[in-house]
Amino acid sequence: MKHTRRQLLQRSAVLATMLGGLGLLPQAAQAAWNKAAFDAKNMADLAKALGGSVPTLSKDVTLTGPDIAENGAVVPVGCASTLPGVKKLLLLVEKNPAMLCAMFDVTDAVEPSFATRVKMGQSSNVMAVAVMDDGKLLYAQKEIKVTLGGCGG
Amino acid sequence: MADPMRIRAQAAGDKATVRVLMAHEMETGQRKDGAGKVIPAWFIQDVTATLNGKTVMTAQWGPAVAKNPFLQFNVKGAKAGDKVAITWVDNKGDKRTDEAVVS
Repeated sequence: MKHTRRQLLQRSAVLATMLGGLGLLPQAAQAAWNKAAFDAKNMADLAKALGGSVPTLSKDVTLTGPDIAENGAVVPVGCASTLPGVKKLLLLVEKNPAMLCAMFDVTDAVEPSFATRVKMGQSSNVMAVAVMDDGKLLYAQKEIKVTLGGCGG
Repeated sequence: MADPMRIRAQAAGDKATVRVLMAHEMETGQRKDGAGKVIPAWFIQDVTATLNGKTVMTAQWGPAVAKNPFLQFNVKGAKAGDKVAITWVDNKGDKRTDEAVVS
C-alpha cells in the first residue's frame, strides 16, 4: 500500500493528538498542572477547582510546622493523615497571594505524609487538606507567625 | 541545565524515607527588580518520584514552595538496593531527573 504525503501528514497529526490526550507529550504534562486550583484565592474557589465539597475540620489530618517562623521565605511544614483512602494532600497558606502551595498525589506505594518548605508573605493560618476517595475534603490548620528580620510583632 | 538534586533514601523497616533537595530559583512572579519590573515567575510545577521505574508519587507545586525546595516522603515496601528516581518539570519546560539507591 502506498501512502500519499497528505495521508501521512494527517495520520501523524491524529497520532500527535492521541498521544497528547494520553499525557505522553511534554506539553500535555504541562497542561495537567491544575491552574484553577493554584490561582484560587479562597477556600470556596479552591473547593470548586478540585470538584469537592466544602472542607470539614478533622483530627485525622495533621499539620506540622513551627509556631513562629523567623524567615517567611523558608517555613518548614509537613502534612500527614492517618486515614486510609487519601487521594491527595494539599498544603495551603491562607494569606498568600494564591492559597495553594503544593498538591501531592498519594498512591498505594507511599504513605500520606509529606514534608517540604514553603514561603509565607505574612503571619497566617496554614492548612493541610486531605482529598478522600469519596470526594470529601478534610483539613487541619495551624497559625504560624512570621517575624521578618526581627522587626515584626 | 539545572544543578543536580541531592537525594537520600534510607530504609527503615518496611519503608524508606526519601529526602530530596532540588536546586531551583522558585521565582514567584510577585517580586520586582531594581528597575521596578516584575520578575517573571519561574518555579517547579510537577514532581514525580519512581521506585525501580514504577511511579509512586506525583506532586504539583505552586510558586509558594520555597527556593531550593526540600521534599520528604515515605515509600512503602522499599528496601536497600532499590532505585529511587525523582524528576521535576518547571513552568519553562526545563526538567531534570536524578537517581539514588536506597541504603
